[in-house]
Amino acid sequence: MSIYEVLFWFLTAMAIGCALGVILSRNPINSVLFLIATFFAVSGHYLLMNAQFLAIVNIIVYAGAIMVLFLFVIMLMNLNADTEPQKNRLVQFAGIISGGVLFLVVLAALSSSTRGFVEETSTDIGLIKNLGKTLFTQYVLPFEISSVLFLSAMIGAVVIGRKE
Amino acid sequence: MPIQYYLFLSLALFCIGIAGTLMRRNAIIIFMCIELMLNAVNLLLVAFSKMHNDAAAQIFVFFSMVVAAAEVAVGLAIIVMMYRKVHSVDINILNRLKH
Repeated sequence: MSIYEVLFWFLTAMAIGCALGVILSRNPINSVLFLIATFFAVSGHYLLMNAQFLAIVNIIVYAGAIMVLFLFVIMLMNLNADTEPQKNRLVQFAGIISGGVLFLVVLAALSSSTRGFVEETSTDIGLIKNLGKTLFTQYVLPFEISSVLFLSAMIGAVVIGRKE
Repeated sequence: MPIQYYLFLSLALFCIGIAGTLMRRNAIIIFMCIELMLNAVNLLLVAFSKMHNDAAAQIFVFFSMVVAAAEVAVGLAIIVMMYRKVHSVDINILNRLKH
């Protein structure tokens, strides 16, 4: 077993375990911390696939900005108590069953159809230089439009969140 | 690594997100489960980008992160607004459309 495979299985176990921790922990603060750990595991997978730019952006944007926003909201609303009312057992059971059934169905559908291999040899398409060239030549119009999206999201958040 | 492993990993993350969305009542946790599902899809896109040696999929992941950031800003503003109105983030209180 090479170091690559050891890292792959470690990151996979960490991602799935922390994702289970997100939906099973009672305290919302613990859920946020588990979700940050999941994002770090996913970033580790990006690094293994040599997508360094996306790994860094994932850590900065998701773990850095988005989850801090979640933590701010939870702490401002003082929700870090374990007093969340639970759905009744039947609804929880139905949720787990429907998630698991979807998993099994797609697993069975995909297990024999797709063939392919993600090579361990390092290609350089994930480096900033190549991604920047693609982004600013081929995809420059969506890049500019996304700035309009950000502006409208910013204005929308301010308008929704202001006091009457 | 065969592409199947990445398929199954992101499928597992996605289904955990779906199960969490269906079984929790806290609106913030439901929102975090949606983020988890977005991340599972991003991981699969990067794996396919590496498999086909194509940079376009990674640009696509970049744009989906952009949209996720905008979505989180608006969604959290909506949750804060809802907390101001009803003093709770329990989604079972927001059932007025049912009546």
